[in-house]
Amino acid sequence: MTTQTLAPRKPINWRRAGAWTLVALALIVTIVPFLWMLRTALSSNHSLASNAANLLPADFSWGAFKRVFGMQSAEEAIAEGGSGADINFWLYLRNSIIFSTVTTAGQVFFSAMAAYAFSRLRWPGRNLVFGLFLATMMVPPIFTALPNFLMIKNLGLLNTFAGLALPFLFMTPFAIFFLRQFFLNMSREVEEAAMLDGAKHLRIFFQIVLPNAAAPLATLAFLTFVGQWNEYFWPLLVGQDENVRVLTVGLGVFKSQSPQGAPDWAGLMAGTIVAALPVLLLFLAFGKRVVNSIGFSGIK
Amino acid sequence: MMTTLTKNPPAAAHKAPQRSNRGRGMAKLGDLRIALLFILPAMIGFVAFFLVPTIRGIYLSFTEYSVLGEPEWIGLKNYTSIFADELFWNAMAVTVQYVAINIGLQTVIALGLALLMHRVAKSTFVRGALLLPFLVANVIVALLWFWMLDYQLGIVNEIINWMGLPRIAFFGSEQWAIPTIAFVNVWRHMGYTALLIFAGLQSIPNHVYEVASLDGASPTRTFWSITMPLLRPVLALVLVVTVIGSFQVFDTVAVTTGGGPVNASRVIQMYIYQKAFGESDFGYASALSVILFVILALVAFIQMKFLKGNESDLD
Repeated sequence: MTTQTLAPRKPINWRRAGAWTLVALALIVTIVPFLWMLRTALSSNHSLASNAANLLPADFSWGAFKRVFGMQSAEEAIAEGGSGADINFWLYLRNSIIFSTVTTAGQVFFSAMAAYAFSRLRWPGRNLVFGLFLATMMVPPIFTALPNFLMIKNLGLLNTFAGLALPFLFMTPFAIFFLRQFFLNMSREVEEAAMLDGAKHLRIFFQIVLPNAAAPLATLAFLTFVGQWNEYFWPLLVGQDENVRVLTVGLGVFKSQSPQGAPDWAGLMAGTIVAALPVLLLFLAFGKRVVNSIGFSGIK
Repeated sequence: MMTTLTKNPPAAAHKAPQRSNRGRGMAKLGDLRIALLFILPAMIGFVAFFLVPTIRGIYLSFTEYSVLGEPEWIGLKNYTSIFADELFWNAMAVTVQYVAINIGLQTVIALGLALLMHRVAKSTFVRGALLLPFLVANVIVALLWFWMLDYQLGIVNEIINWMGLPRIAFFGSEQWAIPTIAFVNVWRHMGYTALLIFAGLQSIPNHVYEVASLDGASPTRTFWSITMPLLRPVLALVLVVTVIGSFQVFDTVAVTTGGGPVNASRVIQMYIYQKAFGESDFGYASALSVILFVILALVAFIQMKFLKGNESDLD
């Protein structure tokens, strides 16, 4: 296929062995920290202190998970090296799911509508508007975050799901750009036939374009969902309150509760697992498609 | 398929879609009415959360505004204060140091990984595994390494100690804080960056390599004379995107050092955050973010110009 078939000879095998060793090394460097996360979460803080370097859990314990899910009393938590402060990752998990699902659904759907208008409809000013949308890709998020915060605050939407979701709900320039490129490359024969039969744009959009674009829509939805799930800055600004606090913000709060001199490492790692697992599971489901789609579109 | 998508986003905007108006000979307005319907939600989002805030952000940068009361126009005062502000220059220096370490390491490692994947390991499994850190939130990656690099109990210091070397206060010392944060983010982004470069490598046609091989070029020679020049547009794009992202580092700093010790890791975005939300000085913070915006635009422009990212050597 490529270079390996072009240069057959012996030294290549030696070279390949070296190359595979490097690949293996990269995989180890990538995977081991995740195992370390799990190992720590399944240990108790006391035995972590005495047994810091074994790959297996220092002693098998669910205590850390109980603690982050608020299933331990303050006394129990303190006895196990936690802070004893209120923490409830069930709630943060729920909030993260609501925030990420709603924004992903809205963003992908509305962006698909806009992409249809940019790729299938002819109207004056189309390229100008599209160029304007693209230009805002250059604006750093922090730049719009300050005025957006002020607006959400003035609307009285601080610490509400509406306040959290609104800036992400309608579009991102990237999502529109991504889908427009797909729509432009899609065959138009079926649509044009339907058009001759008198079908209207709404019907064509829902019954032909959306189903045909299921694959890119799924990829985009995955990328968007992961991005929203991992979002920290905006929820930190507008969603401090426990009722809307998402996992990333919850983790920051949990870390800063740092009790009794030493941090609650086991609890902290249990929390990171709770926050990381849903995305990793989704990746198992979508993995192949996403991996193969990463080129110059997956850029955040 | 998607690799071919957006080599050149700005140009794509001007390229008129290759659509004929066949079958629907309408007047100039074309599909304007139905288009308005389709574009309405996105337009609302665009105007409310991108366009207006951008303009308002620029306006606020010329005001003094503490959230209470109304913004008060003070002209260029914020900007002149910023130029005399030692903390700002410190933040810039810290950020540039971070970007240099982060991008330098990350690009070299990612390029190496991409070449390895291209030569020997094309499997989706390897690529998927290398992508894992990127899927996990910044905050999670930061906390994971905060633990592994802990001075007392972290596994890395355990190993350092076991080797008979003195323990390192990775996040706790002024000279280590920024390199450590840069390293943590290299770990998160290297696989992803490698996949982007890998996609670029795959777009180099095989016959180029075949000719080189027939001419008896060594792998090293092939790499420098063929792979690198042909990869240049892709590499340029990767650099622009990663450098811009790198300048906006915040999450990792926020949950680990909080900008400390002293000012050692107060990167520019951390400084903006503290000015706005710690000191309620929104005018000053807005001026800082205008400056960040200008810097990013300049960096992107210079990189594209310098690396000639718009041109390919393939033609």
